[in-house]
Order: sequence, then structure tokens, then C-alpha cells
Amino acid sequence: MRTYKPKDNVQAKPYYTDRFYVSPQVPKQDVSSDEVFASDLTVLKENFTIHDAYIQIGQMVVYINASDNYKVLKLLRDKLDYTQLSEMSAIDWLAKQNQFEIFYQLLSMEKRKRIRIKCFIDKDEAINSVEKLFRSADWSEREMYDMFGIKANNHPFLKRILMPYDWEGYPLLKTYPLEGDEFAAWYEVDKIYGKEAREIIGPEIRDTARVDRYDSERFARLGHEVPKGTKITGNEQKQPLAYQEEGGVFMIDKFDENKSIIITDRDR
Amino acid sequence: MAQHKVNYSQDGGLPVALTTIDKVVNWGRSNSVWALTYGLACCGIEMMASGASRFDFDRYGTIFRASPRQSDVMIVAGTLTKKHAEFIKRLYDQMAEPRWVISMGSCANTGGMFNTYSTVQGVDRIIPVDLYLPGCAPRPETLQYGVMLLQKKIRAQKADKSQVKKRLI
Ligand code: SF4
Repeated sequence: MRTYKPKDNVQAKPYYTDRFYVSPQVPKQDVSSDEVFASDLTVLKENFTIHDAYIQIGQMVVYINASDNYKVLKLLRDKLDYTQLSEMSAIDWLAKQNQFEIFYQLLSMEKRKRIRIKCFIDKDEAINSVEKLFRSADWSEREMYDMFGIKANNHPFLKRILMPYDWEGYPLLKTYPLEGDEFAAWYEVDKIYGKEAREIIGPEIRDTARVDRYDSERFARLGHEVPKGTKITGNEQKQPLAYQEEGGVFMIDKFDENKSIIITDRDR
Repeated sequence: MAQHKVNYSQDGGLPVALTTIDKVVNWGRSNSVWALTYGLACCGIEMMASGASRFDFDRYGTIFRASPRQSDVMIVAGTLTKKHAEFIKRLYDQMAEPRWVISMGSCANTGGMFNTYSTVQGVDRIIPVDLYLPGCAPRPETLQYGVMLLQKKIRAQKADKSQVKKRLI
């Protein structure tokens, strides 16, 4: 990591913006620096293939084979006192390596330690459910399925949990557009009124600050006002920008459009 | 005593007030707009505050009902998700005519800040809306003012049965 320089001065920013910037990483320590984790890791290493292990912010991170996940978690729960699964989910690395990363965050109240088990699975590959070991995995795996489309083998009730059952697409994938795909955009219209109603109801208006100059029912176009409900063809007359009250107050007189110089060149 | 005294010299000497059916019916309707509790998100809190003692909706005759069958106005207070959209339609259909809808807050009006895949971009895509209240969240005063505007709207309507049914499509 490069040394930190203060970047408060916005004007001088081009001078210190580093083209070869590497985003800062959380520092990793060796597992041998913590004896509790070190002994845990020895037990794990005796039984399973461990790809990588290190300590980050006081928590051990261990990379295992995806097929071992049930056994590893069983060992951790029964032998090593990691009795709580506080969180689990997936990370989408499809663009980088066509894989999902699955993580299990475990907590041991006895040892007062947290450990994170990680593994990679390919796209379209399923993972073993750990619901039999930790009840909290039940909903987490359903959420993982809902958001990423990752199936958990042997899960008792693998259905969507947040999105409706008839939803299509997996919203937490990096390829899923934030504003939704075609299916999402028309979901409620299709479901309630049917596809025929699409034309009547019209597409979603995503820009809430949008002003439609051809809509004289809801908007008054500044400087081109027309009576409400007028059909606008595109050549509405230009109205002077002024307050409605004639001969009014000093400031309004002073800022009269005709008496002012209007600068049209914005870059002047 | 004096304020209850009948003035026999008024209205041709009869203790009678002349009016139209429309006005009587609308007087009744507009002073008892019962609202369906429809708090969907944070706006719901403001809606509850409007109903509670400080802002006191009861004095308008607006009493929150937990059943669509008993309510006249649906105050959609909060974020309508796509998952919930079918239920709002169903509840709206269960309300008896005449019925009104107040869309409360940016979320209900346009989807608000939730410019995402899972939020309905305005309840008026699902049900017809009478009144839009701006704000995130609108203060209880806004909702009170909205209800008063709705009362005004009701009083301006024809009360007879032949009124057009409100449907989106
Ligand atoms: S408009 Fe604002 S306060 Fe109301 S539900 Fe939406 S986010 Fe919450």
C-alpha cells in the first residue's frame, strides 16, 4: 500500500491522483500469531484441505474446499466450540473468475473468537446445506438462493424468501440492473392487470424530477406557459419571465427580463 | 339556553333548514371519512401520529379502521413494494364505493428515493389516487390538510348513485 497523502485540496487533485493506485487492503496476520486460532487450524488441517488461512482484524479466515463445507462446519461446531452461525451468504465474483464465494461467519462464545469459513463454487454449482447444523442457515440459504440463485442441497424448503415466489432473476448478482430488468419493470402490471394493460399504464417513470414539456396537465413549462390542458405541438409561445403582478415591487422591476443582460454562453 | 333558541322569524318562520340531498349526503360523508390503516413504511409513523392525541384525527371524523369494508379512504403511507402490489389492489377492491385514496409521501407518489427493482414507482400504477401529499415524510399537518382537501373534494361531488366507478383501467 502506498503512503497516504491528504487529498483535501480539490483544485490540486489532478496532481496527486495516483494512476497506479492500489486500493488499501485490510492487513493480514499469520495464524501463528494467535494460539487459539493456531490450534484450531491444526485440527482443521489434519482433517481437510485448507487452501489459505490468515487473521484479519482479530478473526481467522479459512479457505476450504466447497465440498467439505458441511463436515468442516460440523467439526467446528462439535469439537471446536464454534456454536453459532452468525451470518452466511455469497459474494458474486462471476465477472472476475466465474465463481461465487460462499462465506460462513461463526462465533464461539466459549473462546470469544470469530472465524470465517470461505469457499468458492462455480456458477450453476450447488452447495451443501448446513441447515441441519445451524438453524440460522435455513433463512440465510433461502436468501442466498433468492438473491444469487445458488442452490443448497438438502435444504428442507428452498424457496425465495424476500422476493415474490414468481419472481424471475436474482437481484444481488452484479449483472442485475439496479432498476430491474424487463420482468421487474412490468411485474406488478403483468400480475394484476395482465400484459394487455402495459400500454394503458405505460412504462415506469424512473426520473422523478422529470418535467414533460408536452404535458400541460401536470407541468407548467417555465417561460412557455400555456393554459392547463392545452395540446402542445412543440411551438408554444414564449412568455416573458416575470411576476404576474404588474408594476410591482422594486426588486421585481429591477430584475425585469427585458432590462437585463442575459448571458447565453455558459462558459463565458 | 339562548344558543338553542329557535328563531321563528328566520326561514319563513319555520324551524327548518332547506338544502339539497347532495349537500346532506356529502355533509355526512365528508365528516366521517374513515381511513384504512395502511402504514407501509416510515410514513406510517406520521400517519399514526396524526391519529393520536396531539394531532387528533377524530375531530375530523376520521377514524382509522383495520378493515377495508368499513373504510372510505385508503391512506397509502409508505413504500409500496412490488411484492405487496397485488394486496393493495385487493384491499382497494374490497373497499365499498364511494372510496378515495390518499398517496402519502414521496414513496407512494413516485417511488421516491427507492429507484430500485423492487419498488412500485408510484401507487397510481396500481390504483387511482385522489390526493398526493409531498414530503418524506409529510408532517402530520400535511396529512391533516390533505384530509381537509379531501373533504372539500367530497363536498364538491355529486352524491347520487350514478357516479362513475373509479378504476384505473
Ligand atoms: S416517503 Fe420518506 S418517510 Fe415516507 S415511506 Fe418513503 S422514505 Fe419513508
